[in-house]
Amino acid sequence: MKAKETVQDKKIPLFKKRDFQLLVGTVIFWAIFYTLTKFGMMNLYWMHIINVSLIYVILTTSLNLINGFSGQFSIGHMGFAAVGAYTSATLTTIVWNLPSHGVGPFSLFILSVILGGIAAAFIGFLIGLPTLRLRGDYLAIVTLAFGEIIRVVINSINFVGGPRGIPGIPRFSSFTVIVIFTFLSVIVLRNIIYSSIGRALLSIREDEVASELVGVHTTYYKVLGFTVGAFFAGIGGALLAHLIQYINPLQFGFMATIYVLIMVYIGGVGSLSGSIVAAIGITFLSEGLRLGLDKLDQVTPFHVGPEWRMVIFSVLLVATMLYKTNGLMGDMEFKVLIPEEEDENAKHGA
Amino acid sequence: MKRRKTFAVLVSLLLVVALFGTVLTGCSSKTANNNGGSSQKTESEPILIGGVAPVTGPAATYGKSTKQGYEMALEEWNAKGGVLGRKVKLVFEDDKADPTEAANAFSKLINDNHVVAIVGSVTSSCSLAGAPIAQRAGVPMITPTSTNPKVTQVGDYIFRACFIDPFQGTVAAKFVFNNLKARKAGVIYDIGQDYNTGLAEFFKKEFESLGGKIVAYEGYPDGTTDFNTQLTKIIDAKPDVIYSPNYYNDDGLIAKQARTLGFTGPIVGGDGWDSPDLFKIGGDAVNNCYFTNHFSKDSKDPKVQAFVKKYTEKYGEAPDALAALGYDAMNIMLTAIQNAGSTDGAKIKDALKNIDYQGVTGHIKFDKDRNPVKSAVIIKIENGKQVYVTTINP
Repeated sequence: MKAKETVQDKKIPLFKKRDFQLLVGTVIFWAIFYTLTKFGMMNLYWMHIINVSLIYVILTTSLNLINGFSGQFSIGHMGFAAVGAYTSATLTTIVWNLPSHGVGPFSLFILSVILGGIAAAFIGFLIGLPTLRLRGDYLAIVTLAFGEIIRVVINSINFVGGPRGIPGIPRFSSFTVIVIFTFLSVIVLRNIIYSSIGRALLSIREDEVASELVGVHTTYYKVLGFTVGAFFAGIGGALLAHLIQYINPLQFGFMATIYVLIMVYIGGVGSLSGSIVAAIGITFLSEGLRLGLDKLDQVTPFHVGPEWRMVIFSVLLVATMLYKTNGLMGDMEFKVLIPEEEDENAKHGA
Repeated sequence: MKRRKTFAVLVSLLLVVALFGTVLTGCSSKTANNNGGSSQKTESEPILIGGVAPVTGPAATYGKSTKQGYEMALEEWNAKGGVLGRKVKLVFEDDKADPTEAANAFSKLINDNHVVAIVGSVTSSCSLAGAPIAQRAGVPMITPTSTNPKVTQVGDYIFRACFIDPFQGTVAAKFVFNNLKARKAGVIYDIGQDYNTGLAEFFKKEFESLGGKIVAYEGYPDGTTDFNTQLTKIIDAKPDVIYSPNYYNDDGLIAKQARTLGFTGPIVGGDGWDSPDLFKIGGDAVNNCYFTNHFSKDSKDPKVQAFVKKYTEKYGEAPDALAALGYDAMNIMLTAIQNAGSTDGAKIKDALKNIDYQGVTGHIKFDKDRNPVKSAVIIKIENGKQVYVTTINP
């Protein structure tokens, strides 16, 4: 009781120390790479890979909220990314037909990304409502089916190009935009996880019946978690569309979801830090192997073709899972990603 | 939540260090060229050509053939002394037939390897993801096999070596009307695929403008295996030919079911028919069927015969259309560099525009949309074999 009072009595500063550290860290990260690119010292290929990996951070952390923190096994995540990508790309490319420069088009693009997120969240809500009453394998099958349904529906809509997709999307997803969205996504997800919603989700993951008994409205929280996860998947998809400048339904198929799922499990189920590390690590690993194989081919007398890339990649994934069964981070977090109040709670046993 | 996470931090740090190590080495060696354009290197260094194709993933067999086509063309040039007196070297990347991977591969080839030009990719979706990167960097690109008309619309640095979907439908209509003397045609096509709908649409347009009559025009949804409903309607209308511009697995079944329903006339299709599996599925039913293709290994053209002989010796299998297109695309690009007299992207682009090249898949010149004006071959299926019939010029 006493401990609680001290926490409440303390004046909460506007910027908490760790939030500040995280912000400064992100700004420094952004500043370094931004300047390097600006002055042409940074290879544009690596810049591209950094952008892609940051988008994967958004996709992975949001899937971790569903699969890791609330313990629901969803394998239709890229379906929501498809909704976000198609909503925003349809708006910017087909409806508004924006030029790729200017302040006006740019703000419309930001609006379209957020609308993409909202559309994905809406679809997530609709799908979550009936399906989240299912558990385990059944939920997995249903989410898989819905992910495929979204893809097939897009395939049959001629207005958005059907199976041919949407080409010629303006390239709005700059490094700066992606960094800002990634930062915001991670902060929002962190705040949700350490709020009462997060607590409810964790309790559902640990024991659904017990949490219902203590008064947690399980369906409400599961649908909420699912909807938030879908929202950020939509944001990630919208950013990806405006980076690659082309989308088609196949890009958001089952295998794409599996790729994000791998990142969640390699990073650690129930660890945002793990998702961030794995999303960046795996993207760089997959690309780094291109360069590695180039070198091997040049140095060794054997011919090492690019078809070996996926073989080595898979072996590395298997090895990681064997030696780090709980993923790279388990359920641990970087200190900057834990709100300071948590330390108090941990100390006094809240 | 345990505080002990030294291991996790260590692992992540190591990863970051290792990865950024590669970034920095990548930077320091290539600081001279930051806009990703093609650089004029010293005379002794080889000219680097980027090659992209899916050698893993769902389109792996297409990628393999195409890549062998690239390699063979390159070897021939090097045996002749290279381009502009320098050796040419292929930097090959896999795109897994995935657009995101294709964008990564194109970006790597242009910004990290500083290739002079890119030949690729195979699927239209991958070419559409890679083309904006090539266009932005001013690196000329030629796709051997992407038939979607939108690929070359990305910009003036993007070319293609194959004909586009509308052309194939038009050629098929001409052949059916002029050579098979058919006046009534029925069409059956997959409405879920743009390739199929595109071919069907342009076949109908051309056939009608020649004076023929489309007696039935039936679509079926993706994944259909029982075509009896559509075929009954078509056969009731008594067509001289049936046009089925679909992929080989559907075409085989369509042929089989049409024969069972009593249709004996020819069934005609597009390059989607070009697969050995067609005979496995269709059996005898695909006899007396024709399809349009990019290339026939039985053509009498000595250039084609030489290519087929050499390819078969080298890889132990006869070349398919993808290998031929990969071979032609690489040859076109290298010829353009030779004609340009320079490895400058803009000059190669101009040389490509004015190219006049006799390849194994026909005589190639580019129109104003950078699509080739070239011929198509008609292939007849007889007893499980593809027989060359004729070449149709546009």
